Amino acid sequence: MKAGNTFLFSMRALSGYPARTLLVLLAMAIGVASVMLLTSLGEGARRYINREFTSLGTHILFVLPGRSETTGGPPPLLGQTPRDLTLEDALALTRNPSIAKVGPIVVGSAPVSWNGKDREVTILGTTSNMFEIRQLAMGQGRFLPVQDPSVGTGVAVIGHKIKTEIFGNGSALGEWIRIQDRRFRVIGILSPKGQSIGLDMSDLVIIPVASAQSLFNTSALFRIMIEAKHRDDIQAAKDAVLKIIRERHDGEDDITVITQDAILSTFDRILTALTLTVAGIAAISLAVAGILIMNVMLISVSQRKSEIGLLKAVGATGSQVLRVFLTEAAILSMTGAVLGLVLAYSGLGVILRLFPDFPVHIPVWSVIASILTAQITGILFGVLPARRAAALDPVQALSRR
Amino acid sequence: MIRLSHIHRIFTVGEEEVYALKDVSLELSSGDYISVMGPSGSGKSTLLNILGLLDRPTTGTYEFEKDQITSLSNEDQALVRRNKIGFVFQFFHLIPRLTAAENVELPLILAGIDPRERKPRVAEALGVLGLKDRAKHRPDQLSGGQRQRVAIARATIMRPSLILADEPTGNLDRHSGSDVIEILENLNKTGITLIIVTHDPALGERARRSIVMTDGSILSDTRKKP
Repeated sequence: MKAGNTFLFSMRALSGYPARTLLVLLAMAIGVASVMLLTSLGEGARRYINREFTSLGTHILFVLPGRSETTGGPPPLLGQTPRDLTLEDALALTRNPSIAKVGPIVVGSAPVSWNGKDREVTILGTTSNMFEIRQLAMGQGRFLPVQDPSVGTGVAVIGHKIKTEIFGNGSALGEWIRIQDRRFRVIGILSPKGQSIGLDMSDLVIIPVASAQSLFNTSALFRIMIEAKHRDDIQAAKDAVLKIIRERHDGEDDITVITQDAILSTFDRILTALTLTVAGIAAISLAVAGILIMNVMLISVSQRKSEIGLLKAVGATGSQVLRVFLTEAAILSMTGAVLGLVLAYSGLGVILRLFPDFPVHIPVWSVIASILTAQITGILFGVLPARRAAALDPVQALSRR
Repeated sequence: MIRLSHIHRIFTVGEEEVYALKDVSLELSSGDYISVMGPSGSGKSTLLNILGLLDRPTTGTYEFEKDQITSLSNEDQALVRRNKIGFVFQFFHLIPRLTAAENVELPLILAGIDPRERKPRVAEALGVLGLKDRAKHRPDQLSGGQRQRVAIARATIMRPSLILADEPTGNLDRHSGSDVIEILENLNKTGITLIIVTHDPALGERARRSIVMTDGSILSDTRKKP
């Protein structure tokens, strides 16, 4: 019996029982599609995070007050707080050759009012450097002016959302707003595009760092963002920051420097693990589909007993019968996998339509892996029924109608 | 052509051993026309299954065209079935989803014969049995007599030297039954050995040699005077 004939015979057998065949195909297709869609979502999340981070600028370091790493020593005495990061600390960093820009940050929340309208808003105190470090873009006006950071002036840059909520369609440039009890003149409005992790750039007001310090009555910085001169300078910049601050803080390592690469690679690891986990869960549905194939084939073998007996009577060898049934299992799993592929890509189309910003994408490895798994489970679970068919005693198989 | 010597076939039913065939020795010559009769449970079907290589004797030897068959592997026995033996069953055993022509074609496909050779052979076999216009019909669209004729076409398509018919008329009305017997007898006239298992004494009488079985042994073996 030639392979092509086996294939045709198996096809006829499958199309002879359309309802059963369609059900198995559906199960297989759903299994394959869920593996691919779930991995594509995980992969999409990974890409999304990646993209957000690169939109921040690629060689950024964050300096946080306090040490977040455990040293293994005894816990600090009660009440011992880390030394504050001050504006002077930040300014001291600017002199290092591997550091391009330093952006001190003070964050707080304060009521912003204009013309009787009042709203609690996140206030970000920083310097003109932040514009480049965070790669912001202006919608109207200009960013904070270049000036001595230790001087507080009454100017403010507002986010796009704040602008529409407080000023509506009217012009905001040049207007005076009141933050808590101080007056600030709006000199710029951020463009609506800026949205990055942790901070919705459209929903805040940016004022000079010294103004923010006096507004919140603090000399401490929330953190310092640093842009290294070059990607290769990140490590040097990190060492320099640690060294300079240690000197300024009486020889104590009481800050934490996080590089963006470290954050990014952490996220990457987490999300890759997540994707694999989800893919593994989805693979269970593939195994279920495989078991379904086995069940259906077993039913098929017992229903087609007399056919198998007849095949043997007209001279089919055991291995020919085996091949016929294995081919059926293979056709089922292969067709199911292809249907699953179609299902997955149409599902992807729907997701892309609903969330155009989310970079979903079916990774090639998941396509290959799910189709291979489908094939392997299909054939593996097809072996048992096929062997049973091949071993069927023709006399018994033919004795019943 | 066929020599069975001291064939025993024992089935184990629970604890008990049941002798389906008890020391059966038989010699059949080529081109013969033999009927096997006997009450049910007499072992005639078992004899047919052993002759047709669907079943193996517990002890004893089976020679087919001078070849020792008993010791062949299952796969080799399948080849002998395919090439030398045609079966006709009481319940036809056609594959319901295949057309008449496809059912007849089956042994050729199993033998790996080229499609260009298959088509004319199938058409010829159906033509001989008067089924030319039924080639594209599925079994459920055919009458009983037509189904049995399709089965005979399938049994003869490989040009076997032995045809085994197990109650070939058991499921047919008298008219199509006698049609089928006529066809089988005509095949026998072309030199094919024909063995028919039947309940019907009238049918048994027609054979040149009739064997009657009871309790797994041959009770009588009579040959018609020419």
